[in-house]
Amino acid sequence: MTDTPLLKVRDVSKFYGNRIGCSNVAFDLWPGEVLAIVGESGSGKTTLLNCLSTRLMPTTGTVEYQMRDGGYRDLYHMTEAERRFLMRTDWGFVHQNPADGLRMTVSAGANVGERLMAIGDRHYGKIRETASNWLERVEINTDRIDDQPRAFSGGMRQRLQIARNLVTGPRLVFMDEPTGGLDVSVQARLLDLVRGLVNDLGLSAIVVTHDLAVARLLSHRMMVMKDGHVIEQGLTDRVLDDPREPYTQLLVSSILQV
Amino acid sequence: MSEEVSHHAGLASYNFAYLDEQTKRMIRRAILKAIAIPGYQVPFASREMPMPYGWGTGGVQVTASIIGMEDVLKVIDQGADDTTNAVSIRAFFRKVANVAVTTHTKDATIIQTRHRIPEEKLRENQVLVYQVPIPEPLRFLEPRETETRKMHALEEYGLMHVKLYEDIAKNGRIATTYAYPVKVAGRYVMDPSPTPKFDNPKMHMSEALQLFGAGREKRIYAVPPFTEVVSLDFEDHPFEIQKFDKPCALCGAENVYLDEVILDDRGGRMFVCSDTDHCEERREQGHAGHLLGKQKEAAE
Repeated sequence: MTDTPLLKVRDVSKFYGNRIGCSNVAFDLWPGEVLAIVGESGSGKTTLLNCLSTRLMPTTGTVEYQMRDGGYRDLYHMTEAERRFLMRTDWGFVHQNPADGLRMTVSAGANVGERLMAIGDRHYGKIRETASNWLERVEINTDRIDDQPRAFSGGMRQRLQIARNLVTGPRLVFMDEPTGGLDVSVQARLLDLVRGLVNDLGLSAIVVTHDLAVARLLSHRMMVMKDGHVIEQGLTDRVLDDPREPYTQLLVSSILQV
Repeated sequence: MSEEVSHHAGLASYNFAYLDEQTKRMIRRAILKAIAIPGYQVPFASREMPMPYGWGTGGVQVTASIIGMEDVLKVIDQGADDTTNAVSIRAFFRKVANVAVTTHTKDATIIQTRHRIPEEKLRENQVLVYQVPIPEPLRFLEPRETETRKMHALEEYGLMHVKLYEDIAKNGRIATTYAYPVKVAGRYVMDPSPTPKFDNPKMHMSEALQLFGAGREKRIYAVPPFTEVVSLDFEDHPFEIQKFDKPCALCGAENVYLDEVILDDRGGRMFVCSDTDHCEERREQGHAGHLLGKQKEAAE
């Protein structure tokens, strides 16, 4: 880890009229760190994630991102062209529903290759080779490279979405409930895969989830949100083993034990 | 020649070239803007024309706005001067603009075309007007107009290559044969209308002005003379035009675009020039293909 944060978030608030989306969120994200944002439905997790990933403009606040040259840029004062370029090269966004993040009518290979073509790769053979390497890394058989994601199972689609996002070697990946809608055994495999990739590639990630088990497995640090406010944050193990806020205690104690 | 319509005394008469002057002015402005930004799709207030969408309402409006008394008009449909669409549009302009019409490419000053570029090299004083059904090259990949406009604005054209990638993945080569995407003047990606990709190289550095009108979609775009038009491709799968094994069966021309014509119900077929004017001219010059003269017998 270097000694400067990758992302500096200060006072980010988003209001929907009089209602609060999220309020006064501030944190630093360090290179190689995985941060989980947990909380119940409607607590503002996804609003916050969308603000951080510039898919949504916050009402107030700044988010500074360390570019590859080491300098910081305020995300909300970049031009749209720069922001979109950042989003498809240096960032990844994994949607809960793979259909939102994939092109369902083009083949798996083209899905993975799209980002490469977007940054100017014009060699079919090389694009295909990279795509097939990535399919292998996310445990999809390479003979499925010409199949459309429509023909894939939910777990495969989610893994394909991850491959598609990681192909340009991003430094920061946003994940919105990456395991939502998958059955438990598939979830476990996906989590295992994501954990491996994050370690191998030294990615930073911000993972939104309502599933504390996901947070426990993936994240180094976590933030607990309620009604748009961050009520507790700290190292994942600390927060889960020794929750301080009453709401966090409630959340932790309501995990089903088998 | 029919009488000039504008000179009719009665109430119900058309303005010269059918459209009223305000409309022409609006379309000319769109055309000027399109020429100033090669390949950019300029929205315009498309009018209803006395013909259905899909029959060339965009092309007709562009032609009506630029045509003058001195112009000589040629209209082609899939290369032919004598098909329904070409004949009716020619008759339309004879009636509403009283202009001279021709089938000879080199005599024409305005050529309205559906899906072909004439084989004969176009010159400086000629304008080629294309009828365009769907002007947006990214449409079938990205259905949202707001998004495609943004992609054009920010020059995000990776998606266009996704289509070509899919072609190669499925067919082993770029199987797009018409409406083959091009990049104009190094900036905008443009749909050259459903012309065969055979014609794409003719657009590059063309001496003639090329105007594109899409009536239903309400867009006009243009390629000014001497503008770079490059067909998109991959380094290891370069752009190629169609090749034909045989020359034209009637005029013996090689390196031209050929149409397949079924001769009988026993598998008989021939390949002839799609550009009928070019074919006729060559035959007049004495060129002959292997089926010339036999064509009538086969028909009988």
